[in-house]
Amino acid sequence: MSRRENLLAILLTTLFALVLSILPLPQWLTIIRPAFLVLVVLYWSTMTPYVAGLALGFVGGLALDVFQGSLLGEHALALSFVTYLALRLHLLMRAKPLFEQSLYVFAALLIYELLLWVIDGWTGRSLSSWLRWVHTAVGALLWPVVAGVLGRFHAPR
Amino acid sequence: MVGFGTSVSRPIYSRGPSPGLRFTVYALLSFTLMYLDQRAAWSERIRYGLEAAAYPVQVAVNSPAAAWRWLTSSFATRSALHAQNRQLQQRLHELELGQLRVQALEQENAQLRELHAALPPLTRHWLLAEVIGVEAVPLRQRLIINKGAHAGVHVNQPVVDGGGVLGQVVHVGPWSSEVILITDPEHALPVQITRNELRTIAVGSGSADELLLPYLAVNSDVKSGDVLVSSGLGGVFPAGFPVGRISGVRREANQLLAQVHAEPLSGITSSREVMLIDFDPAHPAAPAAAAALAEGAEPVVVPGKPTAAGGATGAARQPGTGTHTSNAAARKPS
Repeated sequence: MSRRENLLAILLTTLFALVLSILPLPQWLTIIRPAFLVLVVLYWSTMTPYVAGLALGFVGGLALDVFQGSLLGEHALALSFVTYLALRLHLLMRAKPLFEQSLYVFAALLIYELLLWVIDGWTGRSLSSWLRWVHTAVGALLWPVVAGVLGRFHAPR
Repeated sequence: MVGFGTSVSRPIYSRGPSPGLRFTVYALLSFTLMYLDQRAAWSERIRYGLEAAAYPVQVAVNSPAAAWRWLTSSFATRSALHAQNRQLQQRLHELELGQLRVQALEQENAQLRELHAALPPLTRHWLLAEVIGVEAVPLRQRLIINKGAHAGVHVNQPVVDGGGVLGQVVHVGPWSSEVILITDPEHALPVQITRNELRTIAVGSGSADELLLPYLAVNSDVKSGDVLVSSGLGGVFPAGFPVGRISGVRREANQLLAQVHAEPLSGITSSREVMLIDFDPAHPAAPAAAAALAEGAEPVVVPGKPTAAGGATGAARQPGTGTHTSNAAARKPS
């Protein structure tokens, strides 16, 4: 499949993930809602590291900041760091079976949430609730599904 | 950031600068943005532009729910509409009756205050806005509404619904604004118990159905069922607007402060339409101005003067210095 088609698929799926991330939902659902945007950006930056990259992570994170009204640059930093890790480790990760990949994704989501947590703490926002960590486990469990769905959008390597 | 440039898995055919270098650039950009958003007021302008760009997506995201509402309302049956009409008429009459009494009371109040002329109405004008986005994660309780600077919305404008106080505006875009709810943990609201005029602060719990009153002593006179109204201190909300009802008081012998919970009276989760209010500053119940506040409070947020940068600033909770002197809005990020 050509680069151009890949790029289109990447942009569309990322936009869709962004919409899923900001869709208004009942409270109990928002707690378990996985960070769709992070999952999708992780997928594309491991599978097509020369097409999707840091720019995708940064712009996606910035969009999340704008929509959620969080500190500008907060999600942008966290997501571009996770993207950077994915770009660095993409060969290692691609060689693993899906369920082992989930563990890597879990680690990435934990790092992502940890960065947000640290920034929230530095800037004096409250961080008392442990519920913010719930979505990392959900995201890791959902990784095989996300990878399966996104795999249909591009020819395997 | 020493290790970022080292080549662990550098691509065989390299495109542009290495990921390490690019990440460093993006990280610096993020830090700059965060610094500006946190410290400098002019980042409101960046946000203003970005929120304008975000508005179409917000509308699109909200459109399925809006379409469903439109569908159900346009297929409502004639008899259902009749019933609703009757119900609304009834409600209108009730409110009119109540209003008559309120006018008489206001006049009486003015006479008691020896202001022989009738008082001007408290609200100068109000604006109806529709909720187009809800953010109700445990640590953030926010609403996005479909009115912005073009409709005259300003930062720190109070937002209410039929039940009581909902929150206040924190960010204004051209066509949309963000409202921080009173249940957001960054929000603190000066309140008063109607039964005994005890003043305290209601802090958001992060959950949509609960407020906390953390600064009441164990021996303070408060019990379940007490109604809380805004006290008018803090310079944002006028006095006497319903806020919540005490839902639980727990006193432990070895603690100085009681654990008091309240539930908000406004429809935090159910309101689809909210009201933004402008007050007449001449009215006695209008929010207390800066000068009227006791010493020790941080610089006060004057309604209509956009001061917030990165969340609501300019207002701090100060647990140490007499709780009723601190003002509304949020804890200042330190």
